Amino acid sequence: MKKLAFISTVIIALCSFTTTGYNVGDKAMDFKLKNIDGKMVSLSDYKDAKGFIVVFTCNHCPFAKAYEDRIIALNTKYASLGYPVIAINPNDPEQVDEDSYVNMQARAKAKSYAFPYLVDETQSVAHTYGAAHTPHVFILQKSGSDFVVRYIGAIDDNSDDPSAVKQKYVESAVDNLLAGKSVSPSSTKAIGCSIKWKN
Amino acid sequence: MNYFNFAFITLLFPFLLTENKVAVVTFEQLQTYAAHKYNDTLYVVNFWATWCEPCVKELPAFQQEYKKYAGHKVKMIFVSMNAPRDLEKVQSFIDNQKLGPLVLLLNGGNPNDWIDKIDSSWSGSIPATVMYKSGKKVYFCEGSFTPESLEKVIQSKNK
Repeated sequence: MKKLAFISTVIIALCSFTTTGYNVGDKAMDFKLKNIDGKMVSLSDYKDAKGFIVVFTCNHCPFAKAYEDRIIALNTKYASLGYPVIAINPNDPEQVDEDSYVNMQARAKAKSYAFPYLVDETQSVAHTYGAAHTPHVFILQKSGSDFVVRYIGAIDDNSDDPSAVKQKYVESAVDNLLAGKSVSPSSTKAIGCSIKWKN
Repeated sequence: MNYFNFAFITLLFPFLLTENKVAVVTFEQLQTYAAHKYNDTLYVVNFWATWCEPCVKELPAFQQEYKKYAGHKVKMIFVSMNAPRDLEKVQSFIDNQKLGPLVLLLNGGNPNDWIDKIDSSWSGSIPATVMYKSGKKVYFCEGSFTPESLEKVIQSKNK
C-alpha cells in the first residue's frame, strides 16, 4: 500500500510538471535519426537549405492524419525554396502499433512522401525540442552553423476542415522568413494527440 | 427496446434522455458551465476525445469518482474534442460507456484562441483536466490520471 501511495504521488508530480523545451529564438540541436529507407538523416546534410519545417507527427493520431496532405503540400511548396519538411515520429510503438517503423514505411510509401520520415527511437529529440503532441511544428532558420527556432506550434487554425482555414501559420511564418521579415505569431497552440512517451 | 417502451420510458423519465444528451457548446458557453460559477462545488472538467486512447482509458476513473462523490459538491464535466460532425459518434460512445451526466462537445473555433484561457501551460495535448471552485481555477493537469492519483487530487481540492 505504501508503494502504491508513492507511485500516485509521483504521478501527481508528473502531472503538474510543465514541459520544457525550446522557445522561439533558441538554437536547436541537430540530430541523427533513421529514415524509413534505413539511412540516417541530419539537418547538416542539407547544405543548401535556408531552414527546415520540422514536424513531429505520427501515423495513428487523427489530427496527424487530418494534416498529412497539408504537410505534403508544405514540402511541395517550400522544399524548393529552401525550407524542406522533416517529419519525425516520436511515439513509442510499444504503445501504438500503428506508429511502428514498418507501419511508418508503409504510410510513407502509400502517400509517396518526398521528405524524410524519421523515427525518434529514444525520444530524445522530441524531449529536447519540447514537442508535446502530434502534429507539432518547429520552424528552424539556418544562421551560419546554427539552427534558430523561429516558430513553434500549429500548421494552421483549423484541423478539421482545410477549406475553412483562415490563418496558415506555418506558410506565413516561412513566407516571412524568406522575405527577411520577422515571424508573427511566432507561437500558436492546437489540440493534438499527446506524444506516447516510453514508461 | 421497441418504440413503445422507449416512448414510455421517455415519458416517465425525460431527464434520462436530456441528461445524457451531448450538448455542442462554444467556448463562452463552456465557461458558464464551470469557471464562472461562484459556488463551493468543485467542477472537474476533463478534455477528452473518442479517438484518444489515454483519454478513454482514464474515463472509468472519473466515472468512479463521480459516483463516489455524488451529493458531495463535486461535479464532472466531460468536454469532447471531437469534431462537431462526430456528434453522433460521441453520443453513441457515451451511451455505451454510460458516461455522464454532463458531456459537452466543444465547437470552439481556433484552439489557439482559447487553450491559454484554460491554462497557459497547456500545450494542447489531451487528456487534460482543469478544476474550478468558487469561480477560481484550483488545478490543471496535462496528462493522464490513475484512479489513485485522481482520487488524491479531488480529495485535496474538495476540502
